[in-house]
Amino acid sequence: MAAHTGGLTATVPETGTAAVRISGLVRAFGERRVLDGLDLSLRAGEFVAMLGRSGSGKSTLLRALAGLDHDAGGEGELSAPDHVSVVFQDARLLPWKRVLANVTLGLSGADAQERARTALAEVGLAGREDAWPVELSGGEQQRVSLARSLVREPQLLLADEPFGALDALTRARMHTLLARLYERHRPAVLLVTHDVDEAIALADRVVVLDGGHIAADLPVDLAAPRRPGTPEYAVLRERLLVRLGVEVPSG
Amino acid sequence: MNTHTTESTNATDTTGRRPALVRAAKDAPVSRTARRGLARRRLGPGLPIPYGRAIGPVLLLAIWSAGSATGLIDPRNLSAPWTVVTTAGDLIADGRLQSNVWTSAVRALSGLAYGVAAGLVLALIAGLSRLGEGLIDGPVQIKRSIPSLALIPLLILWFGIGESMKVITIALGALVPIYIHTHNALRTIDSRYVELAETLGLSRPRFLLHIVLPGALPGFLLGMRFAVTASWLALAVVEQVNATSGIGYMMGLARTYGQTDIIIVGLVVYGLLGLLSDGLVRLVERKALSWRRTLAD
Repeated sequence: MAAHTGGLTATVPETGTAAVRISGLVRAFGERRVLDGLDLSLRAGEFVAMLGRSGSGKSTLLRALAGLDHDAGGEGELSAPDHVSVVFQDARLLPWKRVLANVTLGLSGADAQERARTALAEVGLAGREDAWPVELSGGEQQRVSLARSLVREPQLLLADEPFGALDALTRARMHTLLARLYERHRPAVLLVTHDVDEAIALADRVVVLDGGHIAADLPVDLAAPRRPGTPEYAVLRERLLVRLGVEVPSG
Repeated sequence: MNTHTTESTNATDTTGRRPALVRAAKDAPVSRTARRGLARRRLGPGLPIPYGRAIGPVLLLAIWSAGSATGLIDPRNLSAPWTVVTTAGDLIADGRLQSNVWTSAVRALSGLAYGVAAGLVLALIAGLSRLGEGLIDGPVQIKRSIPSLALIPLLILWFGIGESMKVITIALGALVPIYIHTHNALRTIDSRYVELAETLGLSRPRFLLHIVLPGALPGFLLGMRFAVTASWLALAVVEQVNATSGIGYMMGLARTYGQTDIIIVGLVVYGLLGLLSDGLVRLVERKALSWRRTLAD
């Protein structure tokens, strides 16, 4: 169980059912209630994308799940699995460690090196183990960060706009990679993003965060290659955009 | 100018704008390569000049030699470079230079070693715990505002005029920069790395070993460069205080007899020792911080 403080009751999730269960979560910074009675559950192995405007509390929720919100006042119930990995928007590699050492950071066991090598190969970076992080491109750094998260075999993967700083082409490639890694490892995923298309492309379910609680919760039941342009895609996209307060031109 | 007929006539006609036009006319036949060269100009310092660091010192030496050769510099004020070289040769031949340099180097290095060890320990205690910071930071900051050399009278009363007083003075001088820079580096570790360590579930020892200490290493090495300089500086001063051996003693004796050549030899030795030790620290820095890419590389 990740250590959660601040008036939270931490409960062990029932196996096989929910990976994450949040009810009535409140997070306040001074007077401002950033999360206000939030309820959300993720099944084990479920891929949920979370959309929301800037300041809607996406990052606060993610930090609460990652156990990083030491200084926030709050209440409510939150249960998260033992093994949680976080992918940050910046790759957050330690510049003084080579790529392999960045992936093995915090791992123990004789096979740590081997597992890290496998993870790096999985993200297409075999052979770059001895590179310094500054020698990698932005996309490669984020792939190392993905490898570092996945080598821990997380039950829950939290991703905070992980591709937000990448160019469009690299981002598209990263989507494919993330989808493949998800198929193989099957963690529950909570992907925070501001990109509606990214959410639809990757997730089983899209939730919209607004005013500190879940304002919309829509399943993505589109046929396998989710191509923009199909009527179903357009309808879902429009509904999400409306929920986000974006005016969609009619017609 | 005459070769570019049209432009140069224009230039002479309109006198006010002449320089610009003339330059334009000169640029014209050079073609595009020169312009492209200008456009490619980088904001960094540019390519390194071979032996670029030697330019300034060599120039100084040339001026000194010229001054001595022409008699502009009185040898009673400053001996000629060649006199200094022969004097150095004599001092080496009778072994005086080596023994004095050895004494001085041992003093400076032991003072530096004690100072670095103490500064590092204090910085770690102050940088890694709030209580330690409360206990240590204040006194060190107070010490920092008192020049080490002003403590010499007190240190003489406490430790006498022997070796221990000299080594302690040097150590106090070296301690401060090590403490300041290491402590600062420890305190300014990027909070994003702290978050990372928490999400990776690093234990406290591992967090210190993999994140805090490597993160503070650049600061420590910067402090080290200042400390090395500080220890040579303190050495030069303490050797004026009742020393019976060392470069400072040798120079003090030379002053009594008005031997500027020996004084210069002493200064050159101090300079070389300082340069050599700074070079060593920089070498260590380059090896230890090879993960960094800076403008200087």
